[in-house]
Order: sequence, then structure tokens, then C-alpha cells
Amino acid sequence: MTAALTLSGVCKRYPAFALEDVDLALPEGEIMGLVGVNGAGKSTLLRLLGGLALPDRGTIEVLGHPMPAQQVQAKREIGLASEDMRLYGSQTLRWHMDLVRAAYPRWDEAYAGELLRRFDLRAAQPLKAFSHGQRVKALLLLNLARRPRLLLLDEPTTGLDPVARAEVLEALSEVLRDAARSVLFSSHDTHDIERLADRITFLHGGRVIDARDTAAFLDDWRRIVCHGALPASVGQWDGVASVRANGSLSELRVRGAEAVVGLLRAAGADVRSVDPMNLEEIFVATVRGGGKH
Amino acid sequence: MPVGDGLFLSASDSRPMYQQIVDQVAAKVAAGDWPAGHALPSIRELASASQVSVITVKRAYLELERAGVIVTRHGKGSFVAETQELPKALLRADLEGRLREVARAAARLGVGIDELKRLLVAAHDDQAFHTAARPEEATR
Repeated sequence: MTAALTLSGVCKRYPAFALEDVDLALPEGEIMGLVGVNGAGKSTLLRLLGGLALPDRGTIEVLGHPMPAQQVQAKREIGLASEDMRLYGSQTLRWHMDLVRAAYPRWDEAYAGELLRRFDLRAAQPLKAFSHGQRVKALLLLNLARRPRLLLLDEPTTGLDPVARAEVLEALSEVLRDAARSVLFSSHDTHDIERLADRITFLHGGRVIDARDTAAFLDDWRRIVCHGALPASVGQWDGVASVRANGSLSELRVRGAEAVVGLLRAAGADVRSVDPMNLEEIFVATVRGGGKH
Repeated sequence: MPVGDGLFLSASDSRPMYQQIVDQVAAKVAAGDWPAGHALPSIRELASASQVSVITVKRAYLELERAGVIVTRHGKGSFVAETQELPKALLRADLEGRLREVARAAARLGVGIDELKRLLVAAHDDQAFHTAARPEEATR
């Protein structure tokens, strides 16, 4: 099976920020969600994959094409949408559609028309009259209608109202139907990622701090509430990311709950509940845990 | 609104997404919406229509296969099982779902495994007693 993308040992340094030693792979046909705070390196990673920036070290391959050596071939099959991409304010959406259509022979006009209706956009309107949400949807339309094999989307739902967000997520889940198309998208909204992504990558401070399939993330982490005195060393136990106490109750956020529950019981604590955590809680626990596992 | 094989999944439901899919497919089969031999939507179809990841649907189909509700033929897709055991498989899937709920309720109450076992034995004996007392219901 071809990989949609492969990065190994990738570094990119800017004066105020550095992406360090990134190893990442996405099999074709899968969706990867990138989770990270502002400044974690999500946009830099997407720009490197889209061929808009060159790595200082390491190798990048996109759809089997080494970058930047075969970036012309790769770019034909990549659709990159990020907020800093400029559209021409005085030109209409139709003008932009014709421009992209002329450059990409795989442009699907029928699909573009369908997206226009779904996104409730007017092709005859100049871009400067578009709201933020409409601009985001226009950029997505221009990319989707090319039917690229790899979609790189930087925060596709950030700043959208709930209706626009639902429209974008619907369009995104349609891409899933085709086993030859892959998506890498970043989002602040971990709910979107938890639901749609097959794989999840946590980026923090320019490093990948965890990357696995979504089910593994969700199965691994648990919130344990227990009653009774705990040994002082509990915070150092393997897999324990955080401990909070409130009176005689304690809450632990852990990786590998079975082992920890066993240890808690052995220490005489009364385990009251073991509940799944959502991706947002898992991300925060991972960042706070500083990669200590 | 699009009409199709999409399922109704909710992020505010306390059950995980794959469990919601298992429960809804089992319910469709039990209701006869999807009769024996009915072809299930492909994993990608269903993921796309329900707006969940492919991996989530894959996991749900594996569970349904394990429970005997569906069979997967390589390269052909998944179908509602033809087996005579289907009602049994559905009841079993339902029982396991209820037991998970019981386990959650017990955890919330702080009821430990030993007490839970005792309560389960009591419930079981109670049910056996009533069944013995009213044999006409037991055969229904």
C-alpha cells in the first residue's frame, strides 16, 4: 500500500520556533487529525508537506513523491487549504474557480456546483464581500473540486458558526467514501478530530509527543476516582499523568488503567469509578505529563 | 436532508461511537429493517454517511461479527447473518450491553465486584423462582 505521506527525522528551524525530529506516516485512505496548541507547529508541518517550505533536515515523501525533488508531481495531487492563503478580493468566486480549473485537469465542475449549493455560496460575488466563514468554505471548495488525493487542511473549522461547521464536516466525511483519498487536518476542536480521524497526532513545542490510531488513544486513557489515603509516591507511578485530591476522594488520569487499578487496590484504596476520557482531556493530560510514560 | 444508511450518532451519548453503531445495527436487524442476507453498507459508506472515522465503523463491524449478527465475506462485504441463531445472538449482544450498564451503575455507587456478584446471584435466583412458579410464562 502506498503511504499518503511519510516524514522521517524532519527538522525546520525559524528564529523563534523549531520543529524537531518529526517522524510521521499516514497510510493512503486514512484521515489523520493534528492536535496542538497555538504555536505547536501544526501549520509548519502542513506547509512542509504542501511544498511551501523546505525542511532543514530529514526526508519527506508525499504520495510516493520525494519532496522537494518531485514536488511538481506531488503538488498536482495535493489540496492545501490554510487561512493564510490569499484569494483575490476584487475577483469573484467564479473567477477563482475558472483559474483553478484551468490549472488542474481533474477539476470536477459538477461537484463544484454541488459544493456551491451545499456551502450556500454565490459564485458571482467578489471575495471581498465574503464573510470569514464564506472565505473558508470558498477555499475548501476550490480544493475539494480538484479531487486531490491528499487534502491538507489547516484548521478547517476554526471560527466557523455551527451551521457552517456542520457543512464543512459533511463535505469532509464525503471524502471518506473514496479509499484512495487521504486527509491530514489540524483543529483546535478535538471533538471533530475524535469523531472523524483514524489516527491522531499530538504536537507540542515543535515535537510529536504522541501519535497512534484513535481507538488506541481512547482505550488507553482512563479517569479513576478512588476513596481512601493514597501513598505519596502515586504521582510517580507508571502511567499516572495527574493526581488531584479532594477530601478523601482522589482523581487520577492514567494510561494503562488496569495496572494502576491493581496497584491502588493493593495500596488499600477503594476504586469508585474508572471512566473513559475524551480526546481533549487526553491531550491536556499528555501535555502536562510531559511525555512521561 | 440526505436519506440513506447513515446512523444517528451523538457525541453527547455516554456510549462510545462504535458501541452506538453496534447497538443501532443490532436494533435494525432485530426490527427486521435489515433481514437475513441483507447487505450492510460498506465500512467507508457507513463512515461517510454517519460522519465517523473508518476505524470506528471497522471496530463496530468486528464486534457485530463476533456476536454473530453479521458475517463478512472477503471482498464482498458484510451481510446480516443467515443463521438460525440470530435471535440468540441479538439477545446475547443485548445482554452484554445491559451488563456493561450494570457495571457502570455499580461503579457510580461504589459497589465492588463481590457485592455486585452477590446482587447478581440474588437477581438470578429471584428470576429462577418466578419462572418456576409460573411455568406458562417461561415457555413463551
